[in-house]
Amino acid sequence: MASLTITDIRKKFGSQEVLKGISLSINASEFVVLVGPSGCGKSTLLNLIAGLETINSGEIKIGDDVVNDVQPKDRNIAMVFQSYALYPNMNVEKNLSFGLETRKVPRDEIKKTVDHVANMLQISELLKRKPAELSGGQRQRVAMGRALARDPAIFLFDEPLSNLDAKLRVDMRTEIKMLHQRIKTTIVYVTHDQIEAMTLADRIAIMKDGVIQQFDTPQQVYDNPSNLFVAGFIGSPSMNFIPCTVIKQNEDTGVIFKTGEETSFFIPIKRTDLSLTEWIDKDVIIGVRPEQIASGFHLQEGNKQIHEIMCTVQVLEPTGPDTLVFVNINDTKVTCRVNPLDAKQPGENMKLMVDISKVLVFDPDTKMRIGNVA
Amino acid sequence: MGKETSKANDKKLRNIKFRNRLGNLIPKIMIAPTFTVSLVCVYGFILWTIWISFTSSKILPKYDFVGFEQYNILFTQEPRWWVASLNLFIFSGLFIAICIALGLTLAIFIDQRLRGEGVFRTIYLYPMALSFIVTGTAWRWIMNPSLGLERLVQQLGFSDFTFRLLVESNVAIYAVVIAAVWQSTGFMFALFIAGLRGIDNSIIKAAQIDGASLKKIYLRIIIPSLRPVFLSAVIILLHLSIKCFDLVMALTSGGPGYSTDMPATFMYAFAFNRGRLAFGAASAVIMFITVMAIIIPYLYTELKGTRNAR
Amino acid sequence: MPGKMNVMVGEKSPGMIAGRIIVYTLSILAAVYFLIPFFVMVMTSVKTLEDIKSGNLISWPREFTLDAWIKAWDSACTGINCEGVKGYFFNSILMVVPSVAISTIIGAVNGYVFSKWRFKGSEVLFTFLLLGCFIPFQIILLPMSGMLGWLKISQTIFGLALVHIIYGLSFTSLFFRNYYVAIPDEIIKAAKIDGAGFFRIFWKCILPVSAPIFMVVIIWQTTQIWNDFLFGVAFSGSESQPVTVALNNIVNTTTGVKEYNVDMAAALIAGLPTLLVYIISGKYFLRGLTAGAVKG
Repeated sequence: MASLTITDIRKKFGSQEVLKGISLSINASEFVVLVGPSGCGKSTLLNLIAGLETINSGEIKIGDDVVNDVQPKDRNIAMVFQSYALYPNMNVEKNLSFGLETRKVPRDEIKKTVDHVANMLQISELLKRKPAELSGGQRQRVAMGRALARDPAIFLFDEPLSNLDAKLRVDMRTEIKMLHQRIKTTIVYVTHDQIEAMTLADRIAIMKDGVIQQFDTPQQVYDNPSNLFVAGFIGSPSMNFIPCTVIKQNEDTGVIFKTGEETSFFIPIKRTDLSLTEWIDKDVIIGVRPEQIASGFHLQEGNKQIHEIMCTVQVLEPTGPDTLVFVNINDTKVTCRVNPLDAKQPGENMKLMVDISKVLVFDPDTKMRIGNVA
Repeated sequence: MGKETSKANDKKLRNIKFRNRLGNLIPKIMIAPTFTVSLVCVYGFILWTIWISFTSSKILPKYDFVGFEQYNILFTQEPRWWVASLNLFIFSGLFIAICIALGLTLAIFIDQRLRGEGVFRTIYLYPMALSFIVTGTAWRWIMNPSLGLERLVQQLGFSDFTFRLLVESNVAIYAVVIAAVWQSTGFMFALFIAGLRGIDNSIIKAAQIDGASLKKIYLRIIIPSLRPVFLSAVIILLHLSIKCFDLVMALTSGGPGYSTDMPATFMYAFAFNRGRLAFGAASAVIMFITVMAIIIPYLYTELKGTRNAR
Repeated sequence: MPGKMNVMVGEKSPGMIAGRIIVYTLSILAAVYFLIPFFVMVMTSVKTLEDIKSGNLISWPREFTLDAWIKAWDSACTGINCEGVKGYFFNSILMVVPSVAISTIIGAVNGYVFSKWRFKGSEVLFTFLLLGCFIPFQIILLPMSGMLGWLKISQTIFGLALVHIIYGLSFTSLFFRNYYVAIPDEIIKAAKIDGAGFFRIFWKCILPVSAPIFMVVIIWQTTQIWNDFLFGVAFSGSESQPVTVALNNIVNTTTGVKEYNVDMAAALIAGLPTLLVYIISGKYFLRGLTAGAVKG
């Protein structure tokens, strides 16, 4: 295992700059997930770490060694690809041992390693098969086994689960996490799936347009996103963004939620970590997650942070444990996660509780979060 | 870090850089020979031929400059060139039209899931494996004015039947068309059947559900969607026509007289047999320009298409 | 392959059956049309000259004889030489084997570079090379004959093979490149990380999956080069002619009696190798034809 330090790297394809000064400091045996929409540069970043492409400027350090000019094979990394990239002409055993053979590892040692890895991933009985004879899940295991066999300092995963069906994906996710807990090798894992990122990562780096938006633990990213993009990208269903104007009413600063022609509610925003006094009479965007607008909350009685509003239900989407209710607030469609028993029918009015304690406020111009960013 | 180790590191780094540069060079080194050969033997030679066409070279190259004189002779004083050009025009028009019509028809037939499809395919396509020289020899015999087709049909009872394409100079070019069609129809068949099989079945099912008849489905949906195949087919056949040399040589040797001359045989006759290098070169340049005028726009759209698809 | 006309096949109305009978009949007629010239060639080649003169194209031989074949092989006159096509047949083999082998191998490496080791400008280079597939060869005949003379290999089989290699490279590179493009780049990346370099990846990962494209290219090149006439007639001497040129000379020899049976036997001899290749591996032949067609 080794740490990985990336300092201000830039990458251009032609005239287009796809990575605009990325810096990341990843600790040894940390599991870091790079997540972002397609085209954000995350896979390019992974390829640069692997050495499959060359950087235009900046520095990549694995452990204490600058590896900018080091060939992929000499970087002591291993990579698992989205398409698995198994060698179609070689059987599983050859696939696992190819990397060791090119490194001239003694034969008996190769055999030992292959057996060990095959055991660990439960693919021992597949060793003589060709990749074409394997199922998707089995190929995935072989691809991981090929990486494991090398016992590298850093593992790179490039969307390894996106070719699997939904059920298998969840299973493999857990296995990858267990594997990491066991071998404790540094992992850099690229995905576009924010749930994968949340469940796997020690820390998540969210990327957009070649820039890292936030690099933090999953909980921090979820609770304290640094900007509108991160707030909207992480979490499912996505966070609601309600445009508001900050006003002062009876010594309280807050915003108005207008839920119908005749109905509007003043929501005071008063928190130790958030003061809006400088924003009075200015526009802001209020970010509320669906679970923060519900039909009721535990410990709701006397909680000053919980406010009641009345809304007209537009559409219902039952998910099983919860029902998603869509309502209009300030002419914006808002998703609320309510108890299925409390959900009203479309067209009916419904009483909803807004939990202000976790509400986020964003500057509509800079798209950044307002308040003490933790 | 001590001075020694830092020096060692420097050396290591330089080593790595050298190896990287070498590694990056390998692909370039590997295609360098091909590139050089192409540069000389395709581009260099084309330029040389163009250059020669502006000289007065006869049997040996002579590097003077006479401007467009050879082209002037070619277009204004050489009736044989016009015969060759007109022949190419007639030949390519008929050859392309008949090959495509026959090939498409056969492809539609075979597309009806006929039994023995493999056998039909094999038979339709085998002439493509033969040399044009073999094809020409065979058809020259079949069209033999006394012992060939004419005699066969006469013996079948049509005693007035005459078939003298090969010996009548005003129609001999049609004999070339017949042999060329025989050889290349199978190719068109293969192209069209591949195109037909590539059509999304759900479109046809939708049309069937909409109540369209089989004829209508073919005329209105399937054949229009083969447009790119038609384009490729025309380009390929046009290209074959312009290059057509061996078939004419084997079937008619350009005769009777020079009535079945084509630009390809014209060029050969003047440059090699008559020792008029510059003149032959000028005709080759005209051929080259014609082909490029067809191929470059086609390639451009093709390459653009694949690049967008990627 | 699910048929387009599922519905149509399902309902067996009288009209449908009549339609199918017509389609079958026409398809069979077409097959007969394509087969007749071959049939005529074979028939003529096993007849005696008298038989030819008294019968017709498709009449059955009254007396079956291989004399024409033997004469075509051994003693037919090509111009002034009267030694049959055998020598020229072997010339063709001597020309085809090395030129196919070399142009295929170089094409494979080129295709590998153009698809998997792209560098700045490699696409431009590839397009540049591609043009060689399309030029009418008349434009290079004169300087090539000059160059062969300068290299002192004009009128030799070696020179002819060299010409075929040079102008085959564009095609072979194109074929291999288009095939290798379909191999996922990730496999190359994985192999690089596994420590393999340019040659090891080619040898261990690319070549083992290249058998089909090698078949296609070898068959394509073999038929193209074997069937060539233009280069043969332009660059070979009387001793180094390929069989196609010899055949043309036999047919065009005007001295003596015209022996159609010998002409046909010679034509069959010249045509048989490629015909055999086609019959044995038609699938690859077809694939080469259509692959070559899409780009030219």
